[in-house]
Amino acid sequence: MAKRTSPAKSPPKPAASAPAPDAERTLHLSLLRSMLLQRRFEERCAEAYAIGRIGGFCHLYIGQEAVSTGTLSHLRPDDYMITTYRDHGQALARGLTPRSVMAELFGRVDGCAGGKGGSMHMFDKATGFLGGHGIVGGHLPIATGVGFAIKYRGGDQVICCFFGEAAVNNGAFHESLNMAALWKLPVIFIIENNRYGMGTSVERASAINDIYQRAGSYDMHRGVVDGQDVLAVRAAIDEAVTRARTEQSPTLLEMRTYRFMGHSMSDAVSGTYRSKAELDEYLKRDPIALLRAHMEERGTLTAQVMQELDTELKAIVQDAWDFAEASPEPPLEALMEHVYVDTTSDTISTAGGWS
Amino acid sequence: MAIITYRDALNQALREEMQRDARVFLMGEEVGVYQGAYKVSKGLLQEFGEMRVVDTPITELGFAGVGVGAAMVGLRPIIEFMTWNFALLALDQVVNAAAKLLYMSGGQFNIPMVFRGPNGAALQLGAQHSQAWESWLAHIPGLKVVAPGTPYDAKGLLKAAIRDDNPVCVLEGEMLYNNKGEVPDGEYIVPLGVADLKRKGEHATIVTWGKQVLVAMAAADQMAKDGITIDVVDLRSIRPLDERAIIDSVKKTNRCIVLEEGWYFAGVGAQITDLVQRECFDDLDSPVLRVTQADAPMPYAKGLEKAAKADLPKTIAAVRRALYLD
Repeated sequence: MAKRTSPAKSPPKPAASAPAPDAERTLHLSLLRSMLLQRRFEERCAEAYAIGRIGGFCHLYIGQEAVSTGTLSHLRPDDYMITTYRDHGQALARGLTPRSVMAELFGRVDGCAGGKGGSMHMFDKATGFLGGHGIVGGHLPIATGVGFAIKYRGGDQVICCFFGEAAVNNGAFHESLNMAALWKLPVIFIIENNRYGMGTSVERASAINDIYQRAGSYDMHRGVVDGQDVLAVRAAIDEAVTRARTEQSPTLLEMRTYRFMGHSMSDAVSGTYRSKAELDEYLKRDPIALLRAHMEERGTLTAQVMQELDTELKAIVQDAWDFAEASPEPPLEALMEHVYVDTTSDTISTAGGWS
Repeated sequence: MAIITYRDALNQALREEMQRDARVFLMGEEVGVYQGAYKVSKGLLQEFGEMRVVDTPITELGFAGVGVGAAMVGLRPIIEFMTWNFALLALDQVVNAAAKLLYMSGGQFNIPMVFRGPNGAALQLGAQHSQAWESWLAHIPGLKVVAPGTPYDAKGLLKAAIRDDNPVCVLEGEMLYNNKGEVPDGEYIVPLGVADLKRKGEHATIVTWGKQVLVAMAAADQMAKDGITIDVVDLRSIRPLDERAIIDSVKKTNRCIVLEEGWYFAGVGAQITDLVQRECFDDLDSPVLRVTQADAPMPYAKGLEKAAKADLPKTIAAVRRALYLD
């Protein structure tokens, strides 16, 4: 029997236990806050890149914030997540401080990876943020391994693994889905289908366009989600997380979204592989504007509250910038640190561990 | 002291470390029900169950990455490649993930795992199954690489590798699994990065590791009949490299031959030659010579394969050349 999660399309179905009005307002405000923080943060990243504060490759997440916020707002602190190189927004949504993310982007010692990772390689052990990974598809087997470890230890955590739609054409995707389904591992594979792998559209790269259907090859639960609707994302993740915790079963969710910026900072926003008209059409479905409209319709958000929130978040981002700028560059001694650890299982950990 | 095979020595190491630490598990193709393609994991499925001795699909990239992920969150995986030739499919996980995550994360995520399996040529297996990968792996900062040549070293190095908190590549030898040697009854470890002077001599040094240790020992035996004695420095670990052991020996014998199974170009021997010319420049009485596989893919035909390999006659010829005997 084919397994299909019920597609959670906009408008979302009410959750099984619909939150009380106050609780709903609190939840929606927190989602709005999370998405708007990412947006304001990355707008400043673009500015910082332009003046050379941020170097290397820099891939902005603007337009896709509902996917990170909708997913990560649903996880427990002891759950895990892993993602691609387009990782700033997810780092913030997972609870890394704007200061530590900005300092990492500036290549400073107070960054979440001590300045050694950069834009593409955010890490934070404390929040189970297992990294931004730079090779397309390369982190999917790692996510599968985290799922294996959860099962090995008999835990009920989950791991959410984000990747772009271009990764589904890569062997690592298929190997990972097969093992996760074969061994029943609590992994939630999240395709952020922003329609373009760099400049190649999904239609030009994949033999099927409904790419979530690829999970059918592995008899895996799957669904397609409006990735611009943060509430739809939450509803789909709720179902997948429950399945992972209770049945230790994996799920593949295709979140249909769009990046409002170019692939990286060197890529024009439109004009080569996508038209201005197409971009304009998608800009009408800005995830932040959609939630804002939804809240205003329900009378849970006023223009004044929105303005105050925006002002507060801009100040937080400015503080992150100031902090990053004041943070020292890593000392030269750091160059050769962390190539190896000089410990063994005898020196840092107790033998045994689980019964 | 028991006399056991290299295979059984590895099996003992796996069993003892799995008994000692519940976080250690073995994963790979045919490691469980089949008892190991080379029977190295014989009996482990029965003793530890299928959560800790995990048969995988033929999916090297996938299960290597599963090991990395499990290691990131606190387990201690042993990933078996049926041979290192197949590990090429998994190199993204070995190189881009296992070796780099500690560094990229600013020290937050160390990867305590072992990649192991047979390395190098056996007999007439052709070009794709007859390759020695140590120079590729040792090139990568973040990886440790060991290549035991004897049952004693196989057990001791594998145990050390499993306990190490870094990713360690253990290069075994398909032609070594049946070889027997002395292995102590009690617990012991061979530390990573410590070479072993397998034979003491005066006239020349052969630096080698893994399967080629046997070739070097045979060369030393044969040449001793002519009164030529050789220091055989078995590196055991290629990275970290025991530079001191090489330097001390070459300063004593004043001649150095590096014997390796793999190809000549950019081989490990080139690295050792660099070390010796820097540290022993005034001590050398002849150029450092290298004995390697011919710089071609391994042929199938018996005669061609023999001609390609770094074997005993070539090793003896190199020592004689270093001594200006020919």
